[in-house]
Formats: sequence, C-alpha cells, structure tokens
Amino acid sequence: MIGILVNVAGLLLIAVIVWWFWIAGRNVSGEHYQESLVIQVKDGVYEPDRVEVPAGQEITLQFQREDPSPCAEYVVFDDLDISAQLGVHTTTNVRLPELEKGEYPFTCQMKMYRGLLVAV
Amino acid sequence: MPNQKHVLTLRGASCAGCVRKIEGALEGVPGVEEAKVNLAEKTLTVTGEVDEKRCIEAVENAGYGAEPARPDPREQRELQKAEDHRHYRQLLWRCIAALAVGLPLMAWGLITGEMSVHTSGQQLAWGAVGLVTLGVMVFCGGHFYTGAWKAFRHHNANMDTLIALGTGAAWLYSMLVVLWPELLPETARHVYFEASAMIIGLINLGQALEVRARGKTSAAVEKLLELQDTSARVLKNGEEQDVPLDAVQKGDRIRVRPGEKIPVDGTVDEGSSLVDESMLSGEPVPVKKASGDSVSAGTLNKNGTLVFVAEKVGAETRLSQIIDMVRSAQNSRVPIAHLADTISAIFVPSVMIIAVVAALVWYNVGPEPVAAHMLVVLISVLIIACPCALGLATPMSVMVGVGKGAEHGVLIRNGKALQQASNLDTLVVDKTGTLTEGAPKLTDIEADSDKEELLKLLAALETGSEHPLAEAILQAAKDKGLELPGVNEFEAITAHGVRGKVDGRTVLLGNRKLLEKENIELHDWPARAEELAEKGRTAMYAAVDGRIAGVIAVADPIREDAKEAVARLQKLGLRVQMLTGDNHATAKAVAKQLNIDDVHADLQPEDKEKLVAKLQQNGKRVGMAGDGINDAPALARADVGFAIGAGTDVAIETADVTLMRSSLHGVADAIELSKATLRNIKQNLFGAFVYNTLGIPIAAGVLYPFTGALLSPLIAGAAMAFSSVTVVSNANRLRFFKPSQIKEVQS
Repeated sequence: MIGILVNVAGLLLIAVIVWWFWIAGRNVSGEHYQESLVIQVKDGVYEPDRVEVPAGQEITLQFQREDPSPCAEYVVFDDLDISAQLGVHTTTNVRLPELEKGEYPFTCQMKMYRGLLVAV
Repeated sequence: MPNQKHVLTLRGASCAGCVRKIEGALEGVPGVEEAKVNLAEKTLTVTGEVDEKRCIEAVENAGYGAEPARPDPREQRELQKAEDHRHYRQLLWRCIAALAVGLPLMAWGLITGEMSVHTSGQQLAWGAVGLVTLGVMVFCGGHFYTGAWKAFRHHNANMDTLIALGTGAAWLYSMLVVLWPELLPETARHVYFEASAMIIGLINLGQALEVRARGKTSAAVEKLLELQDTSARVLKNGEEQDVPLDAVQKGDRIRVRPGEKIPVDGTVDEGSSLVDESMLSGEPVPVKKASGDSVSAGTLNKNGTLVFVAEKVGAETRLSQIIDMVRSAQNSRVPIAHLADTISAIFVPSVMIIAVVAALVWYNVGPEPVAAHMLVVLISVLIIACPCALGLATPMSVMVGVGKGAEHGVLIRNGKALQQASNLDTLVVDKTGTLTEGAPKLTDIEADSDKEELLKLLAALETGSEHPLAEAILQAAKDKGLELPGVNEFEAITAHGVRGKVDGRTVLLGNRKLLEKENIELHDWPARAEELAEKGRTAMYAAVDGRIAGVIAVADPIREDAKEAVARLQKLGLRVQMLTGDNHATAKAVAKQLNIDDVHADLQPEDKEKLVAKLQQNGKRVGMAGDGINDAPALARADVGFAIGAGTDVAIETADVTLMRSSLHGVADAIELSKATLRNIKQNLFGAFVYNTLGIPIAAGVLYPFTGALLSPLIAGAAMAFSSVTVVSNANRLRFFKPSQIKEVQS
C-alpha cells in the first residue's frame, strides 16, 4: 500500500513539475508597458518577467538592478542583437526599436534570468 | 513606482539663475523629492517616484534642454568591480561559516560513523545540530532559497532551485529522523545535516571563485576604457579650463601637452607633434600631426603641444564607437550555442523530473535502506546538475575572444561573424590598398635623350590631368625638384592618354593605341614596355613633336608585409584570390610575387560582388577583404567581410570584421583568433555536456551495481561548484592568445 502511495506521489510530482514550469507559465499575462516600465533585477529573476509592449513603437525599459551577482550584469535581447550593461543599485534605460508583433525573450548572459517581451 | 534616481544632461544652462529656474521647475513635478543641478558638469540629478520623461518635459518647459545622461562606462565598470569585490568577500565569508559547521560534522561522521538517531540523547544532540544547520542555511544560503522561491512564482527554475531543493530535502529528511525516528526503519535513521552545510559552503566557494574569474573576462574592455581621459583642457577667452569630458562641446578649442592623451576627436588648429595611435590603429610608429590633421580620442600626444577643435564628443568619438561595438559583440549570439540555449531553457525542470524518477527506481528496485538511498540519489542528482556550466560555455569565450581581438586591432561585429570567420575556405582580396599601398609611384623612366627633361615635359602635361597615375608622375617631378612649365591645348583622350603643348612642343602620353593612331613609329619600345608589364608595372609611351621619346612605368608598390600575410593565410587553409581592375598582365605579375594562384583582373566594381556570389554558389565559404567603402557590396555579400580601413566610421558600422591597421595580417589575426575562440567554445560546450550527461547518471546510481556505493552528495556539490569555475577559467585561457606573426617575432 505504501509502495503504491509513494509511486503515485512521485508520478504526481512529475506531473506538477511539467504543468507548473512548462504549461501554466505560458498563460500568465504580462505587465503592460505605458510610457515606461521598471523591471527589477533581484534574487535571480526579472520582475515583471513578462511585459506586453505596443508593436511598432520605440520603447524604453528601465532595468533596476539590485542583484550583485555577476550574472545579472548584462541583459541580452538575443533576437534584437541588443544588450546593455546594468549598473548595480541603479536604473539603466534600455531603448528598443519599433518591434513587429511577436515574442522577444530577454535573458542574462547565462540564460538563467529569463523574461519575455510580447509586442502586441 | 519605486523611488528612483535619474541623471539628465542639460543644455543651455550657464548661470546660477538657470540652476534656480530648473530646480524650481522640477520641484513642481509631482513625485520629485529632490532635484539638484551641477552647473560645472551640466547635469541634473532627480530623485523620487517620478518618470524620467516628466522631468525632461519640465526642464524643456523652463526653456532648457535635457536628455538622459549616458552613464560613464569607466565609472560603471569601476562600480561593478567594487561590487564584485564586495560580493566576492561576502561569498567567501558565507563559505567559511558554512564549512565551519559542515567540516566538523563530516569529520565526526568519518571518524565515529555515528550519524544515526537511535536514542533520545542522540535526538537532542542532532536536533541542536539541525538548528545550527538551519542557521547556516539561512545566513549562508538564504539567497538560494529566496531566488528559488521567486523563480518558482514566475514558473521558472534555475540553479538556485536545484540547490534549494537538494539542501532543503537533506535537512527536512534529517529533521524527520530527529523528530520521528520511529517512522523509519532503523537502517534509514541517518542524518544528512553535514551535506546541507557542506553543499552550501562549497557552492558559495565556487561562486566566489567564479566572480574572480569572470572579472578577468572584461580585461580588454577595461583597457579600452582606460584610454579615455576623464577631463579636457578647454581654451575659453584665452584661458585654459579643466572641464569634465561630458561637458566638452563640439567646436571647443582644446590644448593637449606632451605626454597627455587626446580627450575627444577633432582637427588640429595649432602646433605640431608626434601622436602615438598604436592603441587604435595598431600602427607602431607615431604619426606626425599638424594643422588640418585629424586626431582621435584615446591616442597619446608625444612631444609637442597641440591645440585642436573638438568635432566628435561623447558617444560619437571613434573610441566610444569601438567600445560600444566590442561590448555589443561580446554579448551577441553565436550560432553554435543554439543547442546549449535550447537545453538550458528546459534543463532545471528536466533534472527535477530525472531526480524524482531515479528516487522512484531506487524505491522500487533498490536495496535497503531504501529511504536513505532514495534521498541520497535525489540530492545528488539535483546538486550535481549544473545549468551554469552550459549557460557560461559560450558567452565567456566570446567575451574574452572579442575583447582579445580589440587588443590586436580586430573589431568583430558579432558572434555570428566570429563563428563564420573560423570556417572560411576562400579569401577574396581586393588588390589596391590591401595588397598594394594604394598610392601609385613612378618606377621607371627610359628615354632616348635626357630623362629629366622628358619627366619635366610629361609632369607639366599631367598637371592638367585628373588620372590617378598623373599624381605619381607629378610627385616624381616634385621629388626631383623640377620646375614645371605651363601646358596649353591640354586634351584627355578617353581610354588612350593625354595630349598637350608644353614649351611649344607637342607632347603625347598614353598607350600603344594612342601612338599608333597618331602614326608614330614605336621602334623597339613595345618590347621594353612588355618587360615592365611583366614586373607588374603599368607602362606608357611618351612622344614629343611626333617622335617616340621613351617609356615610363608607374606601379602601385606591393605592401612590405603582404607576401608574409598571404603565406600565413594559405597556411591557415585558405585559398587566396586576388581581385583588381588592372589589366591581366599587371595583375598576374603582382599575384606571382605574392604567390597567389587565382587572379581576377579587368573587373568593374560591380563585378566583385558577382564574383563573391559565384564562389558561394559553388559551395565556397568566402571571406572578402577590402577597404570598406568601395567594396561595400562585395563585403556585404561575403560570408565574412573584412574592412581594412584603419577604422573609418563607415567600416565600423558595416563590416563583419573591421581591422584597425591597414595590413592583411589583420585578416590572418582575425581568422586565427576566431578559430581559437571557437575551439575554446567547443571545449567548454563539450565539457559542460559531458559533465552533465555523465554526472547525472552517476549521481542517480548507475555505477552502484559495480561499486556498491552511491555518489556522496558532498562530492556532487563540489563537482557542481567547480564545473562553472572550470568553464570560466578555460575561457580565460584565451587571454593568452597571440597571433602567429607576433609569436614568430618573439621567438
């Protein structure tokens, strides 16, 4: 009986991992960009990590870095070939060109901090 | 909106009245807590919960201009270094504190073997140890747990997640043993507090070493930043004023004394001096600068005083452009990293699933004590997996490789160019200005009578010509100090030559067709002209008063180092092909001297692009080296365009690789560097893949049937901590890269 319970619990745990990290995250709506938006870089994450921005308009994101880890030093928009060095305990403006509708991930150099820009 | 600090650069503010007006305007903006103007630096610092755009609007409404201040890259780098140092010390302290608890516990376990809970006394003792370990976890590893929790809330998982789960599981299981030992069989009543403390200590140590190693990857950009001076000596109303670099305006007159750096780009107005430009152009010999010559920020004034007019300041200077380009390239994507990026994106949840599956396998088919084995396997799999090694593998090598390129005058646009440059099999080289000096010189003059007299007549004739070869003849006459008479009835005969009257004599200079058209007897001069053409020179016939007078030859001299550079490129496995608009005989002669097999002569500028495209259609991976302006379409068409333009603005903006010195050796340097960087990336990726693909199964216990033991979570923690240090250290090996030309000189 305990054997079945342990196995079922293990399989449930796997299902929860798959659902939480790969399925549920997709449906989360992002923060809306209005004139400007502050993205905090702290404790290994970008907050907000999903930002909805208007397509066809130049935008400025303000990255406020509170994380001293060297991983957080750069934010990289791979698809746009744009990167910026973020000063510690300060706000760095990152200007982005007019974007076509679509999704543009932004990450740290090691791709451990992850965020998503959704142009709508 | 959190409390923020905005720094704006002001325009139009010049007096104390302006300061009051601007500060007053900002005070009226909702959310502003403090607004302070620094008149000397012409900056405005605003703190409060306010949007930057509102601040700019307020300044503009007050009648001034403002824009977000560009952060001083050097200051930013210094701050980051200070922060890195502080972070390094913090990590080291956390490591020491964690190991101070973990090491004695580990030693106790090894010496006495008493790590189990069987009596109430042991329950109390291990309970106390559990609380101390909890303190270690909170004080030394709190950042792992907050990071993991934040990532979890964002449906994300990272390295913190693995560490938090691994150490958390070890502590929770151990506390279960301490508080309710009766729930577990006797053989499974083992505590793992030492594992939690040791893993946290080792990972902090690994991160501290990584912080140190990563600091070195920015060394190249730091060197470039150090070239930038912090202030300039501006002449105002006849007086010198030291002003911060940000405050220097276009049109300012700046004085630079011997031994000082040129602060911004400009043109010399007064004085003359030798300027060392080696840091930007790679040219070792200082260049003489006098009135009208341009000077670049970051170069060193050697022996005289110069006064120059600032033309490009701030982000517009060539040095700033180079720094921006290097930084941008250091963070760009390399196609080879695509697989690692894809894996990184799903890595941590996948490892969590593998850990659960491994634990279940041990539960179902493993030997007793099953619970202890499950826990050890679960912790070891979670801890040994290292997403950082995968994530770091490419960016660290690109960062060091691109930086190293900048040190050698090779500016690489992005990671894609870096990868493609390592993979070329054909290099197409434009002859003029790349293999040759690009400035024709008179090499031969042969005449039936007085050679100087003939040169005088021909030079006088060419004063009316705009042909590039005319300049060579005029320069030769100038070098000999000849006084030139005037020319009348000058006529340029398209594709044939020129004609005119000098001192009343009819002088003709041109090709064979021109003289034949004029029915002038050539005697045996054509044979001599052919001999000169075979040497790579352009020969022309001269006739005076209807009779042949002689032959002169002009040649664009081959660069001193071109032959050696071509040999280096061939040794690197490239087939070098020469392109030129010259006639076939001249081109062939130049190619022969340089040991180039393939020559494409008589080309129009647009033919060069077509030729590159044709080579690509035939499956070649083509690099193109040219001056960056005239060859722009061919450079763009090639898989990698190398602009040998001594860093002109156009070249920096368009070429895949810009070579700061005008030498083909730069192309060989770039290719050697790209090969070395790609090799380094492959080593890192291979290491990271092998580490994870071997480490995870071993941690899961696949070797247990052979060894009879499971991998200790402590060893898993140590392996994980040092895997990323290994990757960064391997990337740092690239700092010792030296192009083969330099190595040969040194040996």
